[in-house]
Order: sequence, then C-alpha cells, then structure tokens
Amino acid sequence: MTAAQPSTRERPGRRRARWWRPWLYLAPALVVYGAFLLYPLVRSAQFSLFEWDGLGTSTFVGLANYADLVSDPGLRAAFGHALVLIAFFALLPLVIGLAVAAVLNRARVRGLGLFRTVVFVPQVLAMVVVAVAWRAIYAPDGPLNAALTAVGLDQLTRAWLGDYTWTLPAVGLVGTWVQTGLVTVLMLAGMSRVPTEQYEAVRLDGAGAVREFFALTLPSIRGEIAVALTLTVVAALKTFDLVYVTTAGGPGNSTTVPAYEVFQRAFRTGQVGSAAAVAITLTVLIFAINLVINRIVEPKESR
Amino acid sequence: MISRRSLAAAAALATAAGLLAACAPGSGTGEEETTPAEASEVSTDLASLGEVTLTVWDQEVRGGQDEQMQRLNEAFMEEYPNITIERNSQSFDDLETTLRGALTGNEAPDVVQANNGRGTMGAFVSAGLLLNLEPYAEAYSWADRFSADVLAVSRYSEDGVTFGEGNLYGLPQVGEVVGVFYSRSALEQVGGEDELLEGDFDTFRDVLGRAAEEGLTPIQLGNIEGWPAGHVFGPIQAQHTPAEAIRALGMGNAGASWTSEENIAAATELADWSASGYFNDGPNGTDYDAAWSNFASGDGVFLIGGSWLAADLQEAMGDDLGFYVPAAADGTLSTTGGTGLPFAVTEQSPNADAAAGYVDFITSDEAMEVLADTGNMPVNRTADLAPASGVNADIYAAFGEVTENGNLLPYLDWATPTMGDTLGAALQNLIAAESTPEEAMQMLEDDYSAFTSGG
Repeated sequence: MTAAQPSTRERPGRRRARWWRPWLYLAPALVVYGAFLLYPLVRSAQFSLFEWDGLGTSTFVGLANYADLVSDPGLRAAFGHALVLIAFFALLPLVIGLAVAAVLNRARVRGLGLFRTVVFVPQVLAMVVVAVAWRAIYAPDGPLNAALTAVGLDQLTRAWLGDYTWTLPAVGLVGTWVQTGLVTVLMLAGMSRVPTEQYEAVRLDGAGAVREFFALTLPSIRGEIAVALTLTVVAALKTFDLVYVTTAGGPGNSTTVPAYEVFQRAFRTGQVGSAAAVAITLTVLIFAINLVINRIVEPKESR
Repeated sequence: MISRRSLAAAAALATAAGLLAACAPGSGTGEEETTPAEASEVSTDLASLGEVTLTVWDQEVRGGQDEQMQRLNEAFMEEYPNITIERNSQSFDDLETTLRGALTGNEAPDVVQANNGRGTMGAFVSAGLLLNLEPYAEAYSWADRFSADVLAVSRYSEDGVTFGEGNLYGLPQVGEVVGVFYSRSALEQVGGEDELLEGDFDTFRDVLGRAAEEGLTPIQLGNIEGWPAGHVFGPIQAQHTPAEAIRALGMGNAGASWTSEENIAAATELADWSASGYFNDGPNGTDYDAAWSNFASGDGVFLIGGSWLAADLQEAMGDDLGFYVPAAADGTLSTTGGTGLPFAVTEQSPNADAAAGYVDFITSDEAMEVLADTGNMPVNRTADLAPASGVNADIYAAFGEVTENGNLLPYLDWATPTMGDTLGAALQNLIAAESTPEEAMQMLEDDYSAFTSGG
C-alpha cells in the first residue's frame, strides 16, 4: 500500500496487529448476517426499482414505485394507520405500565412475582392466537357486546371489526393488551434498580408519591423507557399478523398497514416492485423513529 | 494512506453495486429457454412411461373434497403402478400465496390447482409457466366431455391478454353455482315456498321486505373478509346488467364499464338492502363462517352463497334447507358461478404426458361418480348423478338449468390481479354506506380500466 510496508517484516518481535485480524474473528457472524440480512435488504432495494409481477420479466422503472407510494392515497393511509397503532402499541402501554409499576413498586404487594408473570403472558402467546381470540371477542354476538348489554350499555354495542370508526382502535387495543405486560415488567425492573436510600432522601424532603415519581423514579428509568419504546414502536410499525387475522385490512381499507400491504402486493396481487418499495420505506421509517427515540429518551453517556 | 474505515465502506459499496447490477428480478430464475418440448409427440399410453413420480399441489382439504382426491389418487396409482402421486394439499389461501414461488422455483410441481382468474392462472400463462394443454385436449377428446362454457373459463390467449378464448390451460373437477339457500321453516312465516320458487326477483324482494318487517334476519351475511359480499352482489348484478357486460367485467377483457347505469342500479340495490336492514347486524364485522353457521342454527331466512356450503348446511339443517336461483323477469336464470379450481400442468414438468394423463383421469366420467359419491357437485354428468332428494338435488338442477338455458357468470374478482381486494373494499364501503353507489362503482372502474388499458 505505502512505503511503510517493509518495516513490518523486519520487526517480527513487535508484531503489529494486522488490520484484518478482528474481521477474521467476526467473519462467521458477518457471513451469516450478510447472507440472511444484508443480501435480502439490498435485493429488496433493487426490486423496488423495478416493476415486476413476481413471475415473468421485469421492467426498470427507477423511483416510480416510490412516487406511487407518495401519490397513492391507499398507501399513505396505511402509513397513517401505522402511526395510529404506535399510540396503542407504545404510548398507551407506556402510560399504563408506568402507573402499574409505580404502584407495585411502592406497595410491595405480596405475590408480585405471580402478577409479573400474568401481565407478561400476552407477550408469550403467538400473535395469531391472540388475534383469533380477539376476533371472537369483538364478534357482533361475542363476549364484548354481551358484556356491554349486560351492564345496560346496549347503545354502545356494534360490530367492532366492521365499523369504520372503531375498527382501528379496536385492533390497536389488542396491541395495548399485548404490550402492556412487557412494558410493566421492564419498568418494574428499572424501578427496583433505584437505591432505596434515594427514595428515603426524597421522602425526608417531604415529597408525596406523585412528586417522588416525577422527581426520582421517572428520570432514573430513562434507559428502560427507551428500551420499551424501541421494542413497542417497532412492534407497532411491523404489525402484520394482527391485521391479517382480525380484519384483512377492512372494512374498506380502514385498517391496512404497510406490512400488510407488503404481503398483499408481493404474494397476492403480483406487484413485487411496489411491495419492495413499501418495505424499504418502512425499514427507513423504523430506523428513523428509533433514532429519534434514543436521542430523546436515552440518558446521555456523560451522566 | 486510505483509512480502513473508508476502505471497508468502499468495499461494501462495491459489493452492493455488484449485486444491484446482477440479474434483474425475473430474468435469471432458471428459465433456460426450454425448447418447446416438441409438443406434437404427446403420449396417452401412461403405462409405457416408466417409473414416474408426479407432484400434485391441490387445495382439496375439506371433508368430501379430500376424500374424493384420496380415492381418485389411489385408483390412479392402482391402474398405473409405474406412476406415484406425491400429493401436497393446502388451504385455498395458502395455495394462492405459495404457488407463485413454487412455479418460479427450480423444482416446480407437475400438476397444480390454479385459480382461473387474472391474478393466478392469467399471470402464470403470460409468464409462460403453464403448459398449453391443446394437444392433450385433442388426444383425449376433452371437448366432447366438457361443455364449451366450462372449458372457456380455463382458456387464455398465449400471451395471457384475453381470458375466455385461446388455449386450454386446465380442467376442473367440480361445478359451482351461487344461489339462495333458504330455511323452509323461517320462510313459512313470511310467505310460501311455492310463491318464491315460481316468482321472479321482485317476489324475492317482497319476501325480504316482509321478513324485515317481521323482525327476522332476512339475509345472513358475514363479510369481514370482504369477498363474501361479492357473492351477494353477483346475483343482484345479474338482474340489472346484461350477461355479456358482466362477462367482460369479470374476465377483465376490455369493452365494458363498471360505471354503467345498470351497474350503478345494482350497487344501489345492494346499498338499499343494507339500509333496509335486510342483513344481520354488522355484516362487515361478522365472520363468513359465523354467518353460515348462524343461518344453519336457525337465525335467518336466506343465505346467499355458493354450492360448496351445501354439505355443511345440510348436515345441520336437514330437510329444512332449500336452494334456488331467482329468475329474471324474462324467466332466465342468471347467477355467479363457474368451476372449481382447474388442475393445470406446469411448463417445467418433465412428466407432462403423465401429468396430463392424471388430469384426464381425475376429471373422467368415472371420476364424476366418485365426486358425486363424496358430496361434491361434478362439473360433468351433473343431471345423471343428481341425488334424488335433499338440497343437492336442488343445486344440481339449478346448475344444469343455469349452464344450459341461463347465464353462468364469472366471479367478479377474476378480472384483474388486484380486483379481489378492490371489490371487497368497495362492497364493504357500499354496505356500510361509507360510499355512494357511484363512488363504489368508480373504484371498481379504476381498477378494471387501469388493467384493461395497461394490457
């Protein structure tokens, strides 16, 4: 490369670390990572520049698929729905999880371990199973409507998965149900890390439960909040199975989400290029949102 | 000196660029320009083909469908011990999703069940993935066995542009017809069975109105999946729109319009039915399966659906169940229907002779008896094999009448690769009064005209 090269030969005793050596150790992992993640990613990016039905020959169309994505109101709506789902998958569970964890952390209830397990259970179930169960719960003659009728709220009953206003929130609430447990457990773990002396100090200063929470607990668990938000926001944006099983994007197109569109376009309607463009856009969006979350919530390293 | 970081970045970029420059999608997937297999030499002597293993992908998973398939496969292997059938059976939805990958892969199955429409068979034909069966049709005289109408829905032009004419790409086993199931006991409360069967579509509307007034559920509809409403819309459209226009719309051939006055009238009628309470509460939020099982358990006077529901409904309802197709004002019967998924042979199959022989075998006159035996409606010899009583007697008769003297109209979602989605969404909008009949028909027109003009 440069004139410095011969010197390495002359001083075998001081063996300069060769620059490629760490890469050698990393190689097996990199090969797997490359073959199963980078290669498909690059190929998807490539496919997104073509118009292809998945079967025959393809036509290079440049960025036309991305232009369609911007101009197609259906696809724009799908991304909008995904943003709504973030509220249900990430924000709502965070609020509930923080509240529940704060109470549990203060109260030191008996059987805490059991409670943790119970709230965590939805995380363990396959989403398809969850979706099938909730589809039954939301059915017009299902348990939810029966319960509403039983308490005299007949006028609230409706076909939850067939109602243009309520279907997206109904689907979103399933996400809340699934994610709250995870968030609660994460928050509890974070809170138990806070030294009890600090709590004693705050209490000596005369802080009540609420002050204590905002002044001490919340700042102490920023890291856990960042982790929880990252996981749940990703889950919200990549929602596919829940929508596929409960509503198939309906009624009309009121619950389509980008991941569902990717599947539908790639495997059902023969628009592989367009599907790849949606997938790439979704990937970029997930990256961007997580970057923002980590900038805002993650504690600065210097602290 | 070049820094290592930029060196690595450059290497990554070079790799990426190399990958991007590599084969464009669809150009290098094992298409070694197969010489068109000298199609003149077709052999129908299956016993002389030597040891052959045929891979068959079907979607005959439900009770009687699965049983007929097993019986026919066994009979075939008994007759031709040199041929082994390797069957891969999966649900309709799964098959629709996986077939694309399978046909473009290196080891395509020999025989596949491909849905007639543009999105499946049409796409496969235009990509050159299915074998043109014309030489076999001649060798086995399929035109004598099948009616021209039935064969037409498995015909495409060589380039896949025209649907309904051209080369034959598959053969179906069963017939399907969409009509009106009714519960005799529920019907008695609002009118006579004879009145209904002898009347025309106006009579049907009257009965629906009376049922709604009586507080019954006139029609059970479970439309959460979107497509079930298409089977309700089809017979309504058949009352308003000329059959030829519906055929063009359903087959995605140019020359018709969804926004015609007739189609808007049909859409208006569907919307009116919904507004008048002719459906159960919240059809868009009800499962298809829940709707027909509600009907079977006594909730509802009518269920508009396909003949494939007959076996399950009869088991639950017995003699209470009837089936008919409402007549138009001039007395003809027009409704949606067609055939079961046709069995096609793949272009890649190295065993085309054996595969075509197998397709011939499972659609033969003898096979039709096995199909009827196991509760399926054979596409041929329907009248011969009709049971003496029960709902299947009504259905076989209706199918015979519609195919011979009426109009068997194509499924509307066959039209374009995306029409299934578009139709489902448009009809859900219509039922929920989220869009006007004009808007809903415009949505369908956009899909249809984009496809027909894009060719």
